[in-house]
Amino acid sequence: MLMFILRRLLSAIPTLILVSLFVFTLQKLLPGDPVLAMAGEERDPAVMEYLRDKYRLNDPIPVQYLNWFGNVLTGDFGTSLRTEQPVTTLLASKLPVTLELAVLALLIALLIGIPTGIISSVRKGTVVDYGANVIALSGISIPHFWLGILLIMVFAVKLQWLPASGFVPMGEDFGQNLKTLILPAFVLGAGLSGILMRHTRSAMLEVLRTDYVRTARAKGLRPRTVILKHALRNALMPIVTLTTLLFGELLGGAVLTEQVFSIPGFGKMIVDAVFNRDYAVVQGVVLCIAIGFLLLNLLADVLYRMINPRLRTAS
Amino acid sequence: MTAIFSLPHSAIAPRSRSPFVKKFLANKGAVLGAAVLLLFILAALLAPWIAPHDPLKANFLAVRKAPSLIYWMGTDELGRDLFSRLLWGARSSLLAGGVSVVIAMAIGVPLGLLGGYFGGKLEAVISRVMEALLSCPFLVLAIALGAFLGPSLTNAMIAIGLSAMPIFARLTRGQVLTIKHEDYLEGARAIGLPDRWIILRYVLPNVMSPLVVQATLTIASAILAEASLSFLGLGQQPPSPSWGSMLNTAKNFMEQAPWMSIAPGVAIYITVLCFNLLGDGLRDALDPKG
Repeated sequence: MLMFILRRLLSAIPTLILVSLFVFTLQKLLPGDPVLAMAGEERDPAVMEYLRDKYRLNDPIPVQYLNWFGNVLTGDFGTSLRTEQPVTTLLASKLPVTLELAVLALLIALLIGIPTGIISSVRKGTVVDYGANVIALSGISIPHFWLGILLIMVFAVKLQWLPASGFVPMGEDFGQNLKTLILPAFVLGAGLSGILMRHTRSAMLEVLRTDYVRTARAKGLRPRTVILKHALRNALMPIVTLTTLLFGELLGGAVLTEQVFSIPGFGKMIVDAVFNRDYAVVQGVVLCIAIGFLLLNLLADVLYRMINPRLRTAS
Repeated sequence: MTAIFSLPHSAIAPRSRSPFVKKFLANKGAVLGAAVLLLFILAALLAPWIAPHDPLKANFLAVRKAPSLIYWMGTDELGRDLFSRLLWGARSSLLAGGVSVVIAMAIGVPLGLLGGYFGGKLEAVISRVMEALLSCPFLVLAIALGAFLGPSLTNAMIAIGLSAMPIFARLTRGQVLTIKHEDYLEGARAIGLPDRWIILRYVLPNVMSPLVVQATLTIASAILAEASLSFLGLGQQPPSPSWGSMLNTAKNFMEQAPWMSIAPGVAIYITVLCFNLLGDGLRDALDPKG
């Protein structure tokens, strides 16, 4: 298993280098000169030259890339052109917010998606099955930001049960923290629960047709035992890996949700940075998300090997 | 010799269409989805004739009016009729969905065909680049590209198309790998047909089914992505209407004019839902195991 993980880690290196090249080139091609934005209204040529020297913007592009990537490898993502704060500090302050939101959203998705998928498969072809399918497809089709607006209108504006926007850190007030995150987490989780429901349903239908489930039924076991102990355990194998990959999707999905609910996480940071032409921050966020994605892919592969005895034996 | 030439043709002869049509028509959800989409496309095409008001004309005597007999879906912050803007906005959204997928397929499918068919270093390079692009979430990539290209509907379509392209490249490559060693392709190579001819005449038609299904599902994602980019101000620019930009404005008037966010949101939701239903229906109908 260790060799497998090492092999997968090594194979991720070229991908990571390509991502870094892509991110760097893209940001260099962004229209507008960031120095103009920093130099203020006077745009003193001496100040602009000083800033170009300070941020090494006069170096040839390949040299700039090598400098940047060399620094990234040591954990230095550069300095924000806007706030003058190290990007690593900014990332470290925003990452926990987005991670908390993503974990909560995943929890909601699992709590809705898996039980609905099981019920839907057991009652295949009934009204319950059709209803669950329609709800799942709706979850996938609904625009997250619109669902966010609707939930704000109902729960914040009309009922005034929850805050419309903002964020309170967990360490400050746990109750208030949950109140600020529950609506955005539900918005993010709704879409994922649809995907999880559909995959759980089809995995369960596949397993329910197998001989060992038929044998378990023939032995006279209770339907609940057959479904939960024999069928679900095997059906969950692909779901575990899917969940790992969906967690990566959440990081991307958080962009708009954080924007709608004004949550100071990764998503809001990248949108703000794009509009402010804050190259270093955009590079840092996209690279971090890409590294996260690659690691989650690796985790999915490892988990699949761990829970699938056939693959374990083969390795 | 004639017999040899006729062999590959018969091997790839299209299956009888009736089982596909029969299976598709049996799926009520897919038929409903297709019918509603047809209605939406017609409404978008006929917008200049059926829209009751000018979608761009401000009317400061009718600012933020609730739905009524004159303004079926109410008016916005400048007194513009929301129903008329919705009809005109359908053009942007549907166009964005369609064009983005055409861009994605126009680049992704040839790359997948080349990588899958020729293999070797070419395949390794294409696969690595696609993997790198796929490691950025679709929307993050679209936002980054949209910001680089500048805010406009055309640029949003290009950004979404480029972001969706790796999905088609990977799917096509995978499909090519599964049929690469089929007898009819070995036969075509054995009789000395040029690679270009084999790819276009024999490989492409045989990998089209999953691509059509993927295209339908990607149109749904592209419509959502266009709405998202417009919502962020990176898509259709004011005063031209698009469903995403209408929602962007509506979020500022949630308390005073909640109807402003209902119509465009429902329109996006129904359109995306119908494309997903249609995609599911096509997949089931084209599945030989089904």
